[in-house]
Amino acid sequence: MKLTLPAFFGRLAFSALAALIGAAFALPLLWFIFAPFNARAELGLAMPEPWTLSNFVTVFGNSFAVRALWNSLIQAVGGVILVGAAATLAAYALSRSSIPGKGAVTYVLLLFSSVVSGSAAMVPIFLIVSSMRLIDTHIAVILTFAGGLLPTAMFILRDFIDSIPKSYEESAMVAGASPVQAFFDVALPVIRPGIVVVVVWGFVNIWGSFLIPFILLRSDDQMPASVAIYSFYSEAGTPIVTLLAAYSLIYSLPVIALYLFVSWKFGFRFFGGIKA
Amino acid sequence: MASVEFQNVTKTFGGFNAVADVSFSVGDGEFVCLLGPSGCGKTTSLRMIAGLETPTSGRVLIGDEDVTHHHPKDRQISMVFQDYALYPHMNLADNIAYPLKVRGEAVAKRHGRAKEVADVLKIGHLLDRLPSQISGGQQQRTSLARALVYPSKVYLFDEPLSNLDAKLRLEARGFLNHLQRDMGMTAIYVTHDQAEAMALATRIAVMDQGKIVQYASPIEIYRRPSTTFVANFVGNPPMNLVEVEAAQSEGQLQLRADGISVSALPMSDAIGKALATSPKLTLGIRPEHLNIGAGSGPNTIAGELFANENMGPESLVTIERGGDNPRVTARIFVDDHLDIGKSVQFGFDSQHVHLFDSTGHRIPAIDE
Repeated sequence: MKLTLPAFFGRLAFSALAALIGAAFALPLLWFIFAPFNARAELGLAMPEPWTLSNFVTVFGNSFAVRALWNSLIQAVGGVILVGAAATLAAYALSRSSIPGKGAVTYVLLLFSSVVSGSAAMVPIFLIVSSMRLIDTHIAVILTFAGGLLPTAMFILRDFIDSIPKSYEESAMVAGASPVQAFFDVALPVIRPGIVVVVVWGFVNIWGSFLIPFILLRSDDQMPASVAIYSFYSEAGTPIVTLLAAYSLIYSLPVIALYLFVSWKFGFRFFGGIKA
Repeated sequence: MASVEFQNVTKTFGGFNAVADVSFSVGDGEFVCLLGPSGCGKTTSLRMIAGLETPTSGRVLIGDEDVTHHHPKDRQISMVFQDYALYPHMNLADNIAYPLKVRGEAVAKRHGRAKEVADVLKIGHLLDRLPSQISGGQQQRTSLARALVYPSKVYLFDEPLSNLDAKLRLEARGFLNHLQRDMGMTAIYVTHDQAEAMALATRIAVMDQGKIVQYASPIEIYRRPSTTFVANFVGNPPMNLVEVEAAQSEGQLQLRADGISVSALPMSDAIGKALATSPKLTLGIRPEHLNIGAGSGPNTIAGELFANENMGPESLVTIERGGDNPRVTARIFVDDHLDIGKSVQFGFDSQHVHLFDSTGHRIPAIDE
């Protein structure tokens, strides 16, 4: 089909505008890819000349920076295990049992969770953690995140479990399985894709969070990477862009790796029920 | 194998009586169908035998043992689910062998047994497939294999054929029938399909609104339905039910309704008793007991032709007489060409007449 002249220019203008917007969004990403390999990186976008790994050498030579990555991993994995396990059990119970008002419980928890992990609750959280003498420990960060993420995780998982027919576990129990056996043999494998979604979501949340560890932790050897980035300043107070760039890239790799792994292993695809 | 007994079982869901004071027993080796429309309580009854629901009151016995409050795993039963409930992450061998796995059998032994059963059901070549990789008919047989892989006291079926297409359903029905008679298993089978119940059952419990309306052999239910509900539910097409105004004169029963002419129906004490309460009776005639043509006997139903459906060997001819609920259908084994709107007369024998009183209960015939 042949376009009329005004329509042709209209499309041209639209494409140009879209390309411009796209480029605006792509620039920070390009900086993010180029700067770590540039020994003279600045805040402006520049092609590395030459490409070098010297920034990474400096980062890995900084024991505080490396320690921070390890701390991030401890806190994220710890939090995710707690959230994954507790949310699975809670969501399963909420989905399968016939407790009256179980829907209301989930919604109220969901409502409060946005407050709990939000900055509004920072003072009470600090006071609670302080009175438990857990300030400056990994477990404080893990517990706080678990509390904040659990309701949403339960909500997502409960929805997922609700969509799985009860007849799976029922047939297992009729066949001779105890409720616990039916859960582990039949329900859990079917729920697993939902758990994976919750785990990835929780990991990304904890890994990227700044405020909670910043407030609950004191000593340098407990700080996660998200807080450590904040310390890459010279004595004069200007950011050390070369280190910052290299560290940012390293910092984002685990999340990317997790997505790739999950997508390869589980494909973010749900088993669901068999077509009736 | 064992018997099953319901003693005054009631199940209430939030004030609604799904099953209301039901008692019945299933003998050892019997094949009982619970038949009824959706919401009649048949599936709830089955689930109480399985232990998936607990009765609000009453007792459930399996083989003379009170299992009312036993967990399903302690009942030694098998169940085939409507949606098959095949575990999507296990291949067919593991699906079929799962009941043996929870009984602690070794892998080699349970897979051997699964293979045996699967071979009988002609799915032995599919054992390494996942449930999502086989057809609906094969899924149905897999769930059946899982129920048969271990010895059970009772086999429960919850509409196992309703997800199959018509041809497969007939095939599976024939196979189930053969299997049950062959193994002599005690089976309880829930269905809303009266043809399935007629074909499979040694006895049928027709249920409506949480109660058993009639519990008898298929042929008894077909020949002597206890209420208009049963009469209307069993048979395909269902029995024609015509509301009539009855009166007796000179030892004969007179029935009056639009298009109906009945003579030479003898009176009986039972009819007399029903008439004493109300002269409004219901006349029931099965479509297969109607024949077509003028002057075909003392009893006739006349009306205008409404539809003529040729089914191959037989035709379903429906006429419309006057009054409420005017349609009457006949199953006729001649293929005459009939014009819509033409007046048609059906004839029938007195011996095929069913009478129901004003409350819908059967009035026994003289020879009953």
